[in-house]
Amino acid sequence: MVSETMSYREALRAGLEEALIQDPRVFLMGEDVGRYGGCYAVSKGLLAQFGAERIIDTPLCESGFVGVGIGAALGGMRPIVEIMTVNFSLLAMDQIVNTAATLRHMSGGQFNVPLVIRMACGAGRQLAAQHSHSWENFYAHIPGLKVLSPATHSDARYMLGQALADPDPVLIFEHVMLLNEPGTVPENPDAPMDKALIRRLGTDISLMTYGGNLPKALAAAEQLQQDGVSAEVVDLRCLRPLDKTTLLESVSKTHRAVIIDEGWQTGSLAGEISAIIIEAGFWHLDAPVKRVCSAEVPIPYPRHLEQAALPQVEQIVATAKAVMEGR
Amino acid sequence: MISKLHIDRAHLRHQLKQMLRIRRFEEKCAELYALEKIRGFLHLYIGEEAVAVGVMSVLSADDQVVATYREHGHALARGVSMGSILAEMYGRTTGCSRGRGGSMHLFDRATHFYGGNAIVGGGLPLATGLALANKKMQRLALTACFFGEGAVAEGEFHESLNLAALWQLPVLFICENNNYAMGTALTLSESETNIARKADSYGIAAAQVDGMNVVDVEAATLEATEFIHKHQKPYLLECKTYRFRGHSSFDSQLYREKEEIALWEAKGPVKQLVQWMRNNSHLLDSELDELEKEVEAEIQAAVRFAEAGEWEPVEDLYRDVYSPRQTNS
Repeated sequence: MVSETMSYREALRAGLEEALIQDPRVFLMGEDVGRYGGCYAVSKGLLAQFGAERIIDTPLCESGFVGVGIGAALGGMRPIVEIMTVNFSLLAMDQIVNTAATLRHMSGGQFNVPLVIRMACGAGRQLAAQHSHSWENFYAHIPGLKVLSPATHSDARYMLGQALADPDPVLIFEHVMLLNEPGTVPENPDAPMDKALIRRLGTDISLMTYGGNLPKALAAAEQLQQDGVSAEVVDLRCLRPLDKTTLLESVSKTHRAVIIDEGWQTGSLAGEISAIIIEAGFWHLDAPVKRVCSAEVPIPYPRHLEQAALPQVEQIVATAKAVMEGR
Repeated sequence: MISKLHIDRAHLRHQLKQMLRIRRFEEKCAELYALEKIRGFLHLYIGEEAVAVGVMSVLSADDQVVATYREHGHALARGVSMGSILAEMYGRTTGCSRGRGGSMHLFDRATHFYGGNAIVGGGLPLATGLALANKKMQRLALTACFFGEGAVAEGEFHESLNLAALWQLPVLFICENNNYAMGTALTLSESETNIARKADSYGIAAAQVDGMNVVDVEAATLEATEFIHKHQKPYLLECKTYRFRGHSSFDSQLYREKEEIALWEAKGPVKQLVQWMRNNSHLLDSELDELEKEVEAEIQAAVRFAEAGEWEPVEDLYRDVYSPRQTNS
């Protein structure tokens, strides 16, 4: 298999480029995606390549242009709507939750919404509390939506195409701290978009995470290895629907689990995954399930406080070791 | 303006019948609601029939319609079958949305009827998006979007008008201004009560029309659609109308005087057209009786259809949350 080295940002762009080439119904729409080149430079160059009919700069009206995306999808197009960051998506939450997620059901299956919404998410760039949050947990709560979290370069490259092939609304969360990371992209996707993958095999404990925290979990697993703990790292990839089978298979092998989620612990996806493990895998467990989540504060601006609020490798290692105690 | 319309006796009779279908159907719905055959919210359109009938008679079969939660009239005038509308309100699988939507969420693919939206203002971006797809796919269709004057206070109204004008999209915005957003009068909710004038700031052509007069609404719609097709730009039509009943079945109408309702009822769309046709010898009492009988028969058939509809089996609860699984990854 031929692998290509590129940044996560370039992998995202390669996915966009392929989608635009493959299907004339596809267009990209959002704030500053064209002339500016994308807030995070993901769509840089696409306007010159595809023209203003397909790379559409919108005004600042999240509810409006997300709703337009839904209408265009209903009308037979395949829109990719970019919301600059997940924080601004709250302005479009009505359209996403009340319209995109419900239309198929409310119409008795007559209308489906083949819309893809991409947005940046996560903290770590000292952007303070209105640009740093992890609302993907919110969207993963909603039946009718599919929620993807590409953590690897391969997923950054291929999940968009998989999402476009899906007849229902799909949300893709791209963690801002991954954008500059170099990595390799294989020739084909790793798996269908809704399958969780074991990114590192282990036998003693399962570290379960997604998106921007996968590299942290992998680093933690390396450290644990040096201390004689074999950690398996599970990449959820798809936050709705959750691939419960893969999660439970991993726990049935390792008998211990730590969930790492950049959302706040209260009401989090980490809580949901804990519950799944306890409901369906309790008798496999040798220790209580633990969670590493963001501190329950709006993300602060100063670097030391921001970092203190986020899940860190040391915290993951310490939590895993605590779970391993009494082995 | 009216000279463009081909108004003859047969056409007026047709318009009268359409309005009667809506009026009598909804009176029946109120009855069925009291009998608890229909549940949920029930928002009646009584008093506003001339708007739906006037607009729909101009639209082509390919045009798309986006409506509000007060949409029984829109659906009937658009050609959605009365039986499937009533079965929807009964929650039966024979309903136009398979019983999943109820009164506020009527959908019908065959007539390009895209709801039935219970979120005030929520349909405006959707309609704008349908119009964008029409433009991109070079379809001649336009999108007609109904909304109440209450929606004008929502951001989505302004966002949608801006986008439609900015991108020159073939969408017809139809404001059904019945003076009350639930129980709040227009004068209490808008600094500028002339809705049509709001279109000016977006560079959108607009007109106000007497929404109690079906001929006027039809003529104004014809002018609007010709404008949209000719210029490939949006258009806003403000129809001044009134709902005779409360906002929903739970409305004790403390916010308005009985005299005001009576004043509007005097110029009701059905009454007005019947009087005009009679005065001009276009309608005999026997003909009106005949129309009423036809409508009554259709309603009886719709009730039978709804009553006979199946309940969806509980095993199908999860149906249509997502599309059927694709075989290819």
